[in-house]
Amino acid sequence: MWMLEIPPFVPFYLGALLALLTRGRLRALLMLAVPVLGALHLWQVPEGIYWQFTLLDFELTPYRIDRLSVLFGYVFHIAALIAIVYSLHVRDTLQQVSGLLYAGSALGAVFAGDLLTLFVFWELLAFSSVFLVWARRTPRAYVTGMRYLVIQALSGLLLLAGALIYFREHQTLAFDFIGLEGAYGWLIFLALGLKCAFPLLHNWLTEAYPEATPTGTVFLSAFTTKVAVYALARGYPGTELLVYIGAIMTCFPIFYAVIENDLRRVLAYSMINQVGFMVCGIGIGTALAINGAVAHAFNDIIFKGLLFMAMGAVLHMTGRMNGSDLGGLYKSMPKTAMLCIVGAASISAFPLFSGFVSKSMVMSAALENGYGWIWLMLLFASAGVFHHAGIKIPYFAFFAHDSGIRTTEPPVNMLIAMSIAAVLCIAVGVYPQVLYHLLPFAPEYTPYDTTHVLAQMQLLFFSALAFVWLNLRGLYPPELRSVNLDAEWLYRRAAPRTLGFCFSLMCRVATVLRALVVKPGSVLRNYSSQVDVRMLRHSVMTGSMVMWVMVFLAVCLFIGFV
Amino acid sequence: MNDQRRHFFDKPENIRLILRTLYIVCTGLFVLDFILHRHVAHSWENLPGFYAIYGFVGCVILVLIDKWMRTFLMRDEDYYDRRELEDGEGGNVDA
Repeated sequence: MWMLEIPPFVPFYLGALLALLTRGRLRALLMLAVPVLGALHLWQVPEGIYWQFTLLDFELTPYRIDRLSVLFGYVFHIAALIAIVYSLHVRDTLQQVSGLLYAGSALGAVFAGDLLTLFVFWELLAFSSVFLVWARRTPRAYVTGMRYLVIQALSGLLLLAGALIYFREHQTLAFDFIGLEGAYGWLIFLALGLKCAFPLLHNWLTEAYPEATPTGTVFLSAFTTKVAVYALARGYPGTELLVYIGAIMTCFPIFYAVIENDLRRVLAYSMINQVGFMVCGIGIGTALAINGAVAHAFNDIIFKGLLFMAMGAVLHMTGRMNGSDLGGLYKSMPKTAMLCIVGAASISAFPLFSGFVSKSMVMSAALENGYGWIWLMLLFASAGVFHHAGIKIPYFAFFAHDSGIRTTEPPVNMLIAMSIAAVLCIAVGVYPQVLYHLLPFAPEYTPYDTTHVLAQMQLLFFSALAFVWLNLRGLYPPELRSVNLDAEWLYRRAAPRTLGFCFSLMCRVATVLRALVVKPGSVLRNYSSQVDVRMLRHSVMTGSMVMWVMVFLAVCLFIGFV
Repeated sequence: MNDQRRHFFDKPENIRLILRTLYIVCTGLFVLDFILHRHVAHSWENLPGFYAIYGFVGCVILVLIDKWMRTFLMRDEDYYDRRELEDGEGGNVDA
């Protein structure tokens, strides 16, 4: 049947092209049709390899379906549909086209059967998604997008370098288990780690996601990190290092999330925390742990999307996103508040909500495999995520002190999109078997027993009690207009400053040298005194990035030839 | 919408009601720990009310560490913007 030949990214790319040529209702209808038809089509296709060809010496497999990739395929279609419904009111060709291209690239990446195809879609993900940041059309969004693009492209280059070395050693590009062996293993690991927001490599996420448009962030939150999680699950299952990286990822962002003022940045930190659970599960590597990681990726896309949508609705209606400016919105946006609470309950893993049925799998796997201390970290992170995402997000946006802002509910399409996500959160929480049957390994897990439910309820309610107690005692850190230093300081402050210092030193040396050579009062001398460091610094930021990319490329080239 | 209307959380008695419910649920859950049987896989779980204590203490420590972190991590809101968003027209430029 000819239909089988169509890889899932094709409808999205075609849709993007047609969206470019149409407008108004036709475009909206077209954009809605793409994920619906795509999902129906994918549903019909059994596992297997559907497209394979040889390019030069490389055997490429751009379309391969197996149990691991197909689940991501389904959830990406769902996420794309929700995000498209959410953004139906937007009249911005740039965002609509790049959103479709971005979702299509994510689908291309998860169905890629070889590393070269993966690389191509990896880079397309970066280039299509950056426009969702730039579409905000502010100077800050521009520089943030630039940094985002450089980091994402860097991740792609690492992947390419790793893939080429992999090919030289194995004479194949097939994307299966890779493992931390040889230079290629580490290069690809680092590439995935960058996209996965490993600790110290995570700031592109916390920078770019809060800077994108209200609807753009919903797209962004679904795809990039989850493609990386998928790639890790395929290439590095059972890599013990991932257990520790994952555990750190679950813990450190909660500290930042509690003191962060921008509520969408709080969610970005909380996203690193959730991805940490997945990374940890992949590191443990047993059937239960991988199932847990993949199921959690599925759920996270939906409940994190829901939370980003709720915050996007607030931003869309009030123009504000700082916890210090908001509060009391339940009075004018009660529906949004309720939907946000559903998302908050899901991410906090309340029983009967989706987070519970997947996160507990990873936790159980950690215990079963003797990672006692890791389990304690994950447990702390579970309490912490409830604290910052479960309580803080709804509390500071919709309750807390009344900010005096009076608005209305967001456009109806936003409410519909949030409702779809909320229904899915509850449906998966109540009927987890539906999700379990789609998992890569046969499910042997029952989330709803006395131990799990009681333990989780105690953990969550006493975390809530701690929040109340701290608030009543006045110990809770207030929302302050501020920036908190994170690893990004290294490339946003330290590196430009060091380079600036070096340049100014060079200028001074040059001035002194000129003074020695050229007679006083000559044209050249006047010119040199006007060369101010400030003039240089404007280009230092972009310049230093370009330089680092060049250095990196040179290193890659060098490694490639050695 | 009438702005003068008193909403649910404007009434102190409603807040009191919610807090009281929370306290009762917490007490109930703590007591349940002694009634229901939990499977134990980690030695710490043998401690009665382990999850309740861990959740409460964990969150308090989290917030206390955060208050301390703010003392050295917090900067002005325009800490990065000052430098990165200068428009080249001699606006806010730090030396």
